[in-house]
Amino acid sequence: MSAATEDPLSAGEIAPPPPSAWKRAIGKARSNPTTLVGALICLLILAGAVFAPWISPYDPADQDIINRLQPPGGDYLLGTDQFGRDILSRLLWGAQISLSVSLSAILAAMVIGGAIGMISGYVGGRFDLLVMQVMDVLLSFPSLILGLIVVALLGPDLVNLIVAIALTAIAPFARIARAPTLALKERAFVEAGRALGYSHARIIFRHILPNITSEVMVMGTLWLATAVRVEASLSFIGLGVKPPTPTWGGMTRDGFENILDAPWLAVFPGIAILLLVLGLNMVGDGLRDATDPKLRNE
Amino acid sequence: MSAVLQVENLRKHFVTKKGFPRPKTVTVRAVEDVSFTIGEGEAFGLVGESGCGKSTVARALLRLIEPDAGRVLYRGEDFRAARGEALKSFRRRMQIVFQDPYSSLDPRQSIGSALVEPMRVHGIAEGAAARRRAAALLEEVGLPPAALDRFPHEFSGGQRQRIGIARALTVEPELIIADEPVSALDVSVQAQVLLLMKELRQRRGLAFLFVSHDLSVVRWFCDRVAVMYLGRIVEEGPAARVLAEPMHPYARILRDASPVPDPARRAALPRIMGEIPSAANPPPGCPFHPRCAQAMDVCSRTLPRWTPAPGEGQGGVACHLHG
Repeated sequence: MSAATEDPLSAGEIAPPPPSAWKRAIGKARSNPTTLVGALICLLILAGAVFAPWISPYDPADQDIINRLQPPGGDYLLGTDQFGRDILSRLLWGAQISLSVSLSAILAAMVIGGAIGMISGYVGGRFDLLVMQVMDVLLSFPSLILGLIVVALLGPDLVNLIVAIALTAIAPFARIARAPTLALKERAFVEAGRALGYSHARIIFRHILPNITSEVMVMGTLWLATAVRVEASLSFIGLGVKPPTPTWGGMTRDGFENILDAPWLAVFPGIAILLLVLGLNMVGDGLRDATDPKLRNE
Repeated sequence: MSAVLQVENLRKHFVTKKGFPRPKTVTVRAVEDVSFTIGEGEAFGLVGESGCGKSTVARALLRLIEPDAGRVLYRGEDFRAARGEALKSFRRRMQIVFQDPYSSLDPRQSIGSALVEPMRVHGIAEGAAARRRAAALLEEVGLPPAALDRFPHEFSGGQRQRIGIARALTVEPELIIADEPVSALDVSVQAQVLLLMKELRQRRGLAFLFVSHDLSVVRWFCDRVAVMYLGRIVEEGPAARVLAEPMHPYARILRDASPVPDPARRAALPRIMGEIPSAANPPPGCPFHPRCAQAMDVCSRTLPRWTPAPGEGQGGVACHLHG
């Protein structure tokens, strides 16, 4: 240890604050080509959604009755649907729905599930047992089925869709937040906080939360992909945002009626969903690997 | 000398369920009837081998784990009955320094923030004033003010222990409970941290409960010492007497097992027999009798009474040999 006891302060150079696990993960993930490609895909789709009002060639709701079911190419780059609406424009506007629904649902699930997991793990005992058993029940439903139940009960609209997807993701976030909380609450700094008279809320939100955010964030990226898929699936079976608002899942379903004579109607939104889910998974996997302590020193 | 802390009949049992399919309730008697008093400015040592319950005593009397029975009186006031604000004001008076300097600091919190936070929570100081106080405390423990903006991972074990001590001092306690404060440190660093604690003790008139298994450290630091075995105090008295001329056979073995750094005094170490019994299933009578070379019939039947040692203020012993 004598080497370690060298005074880092006498060296004179100012060490920067320690990179958080999250920043370290991003730095590490950047050197991974898979993650980079995933991030590129996600950024392109995000840009498409954000700039849709300016870059989409047509209004997504404009019907051109003369040019119904136009194949890709020509005036309409990706063709038109059965009402003569431009598919590319609808894809760009639909990305807004996909991304905003998924992002807000995952954000809500992250906050609620994270808080449940932290509090449950910190309190421990029977309370923890009970809460986690409720979470296990929630986990036992596949997210699509659970989303289906909620939307069927509440009725299909944008807010209910977000609620439904958030609800399916709360349990996994509670789990991912609880595990490190269990380990952290045994650390002496938590005991020190109690000995110093800190409230439990202060210990949980000021001392445990900053130590688990990176794990929860990585989980968030992976669950974003699931959320996109669930949103598309619910829209596909007609339980999503109502027409004429374009959604990728809804477009795929509409296109199915003409799948034989105009396959592009269903194929392009399908590819969009596939790309976004793939991209998010690539980013999430990369971040997860980068934060995995077992791989950290490689 | 008035008492800062009085601990009376402190008890802590841990109950767990073990086994499948029919779980059995196992009660680990970590602390069984422990009493002692710490005077103002006094350093009181609590020694014993690992697993004897000394750290549990430290945590239970701070209510970091709630004790099952007994009284903890801080200057005559009942600490165990305190709730809410009363508890918080007690917290200012007693602080703890932990064994493991690597887990005792929040890795995501800068040193400055870790020192300012207790002052804010207790309304001692805010803003720039709090930061000045934090810098002064760092100086007192031998670290430069530049350390305020650093994070724990930038410091060595000894430096972190100094920060842990500074954090304990932020609320101006009268009593510091040091739970093996140097046993995780290098020997050379141990000496520095011990010197610092002794200095602080003199300068600030701090009382200490010093939990340790290292007799030479306890001999140097403490005025009085209690020897624990299997959740009970078996001997107590002035450090000089207990560590030089122990009365209890266990305390004697403990003393003999502590190495003397003098080759001229090399001697065959008396071997202690057997292992420490499980606190889940303590032997009847005197807890030490299965390992005691001088055990008598009575030892396996009845718990020895507390017998004062001869002479004024020499403490006492719980042993049938002296009963």
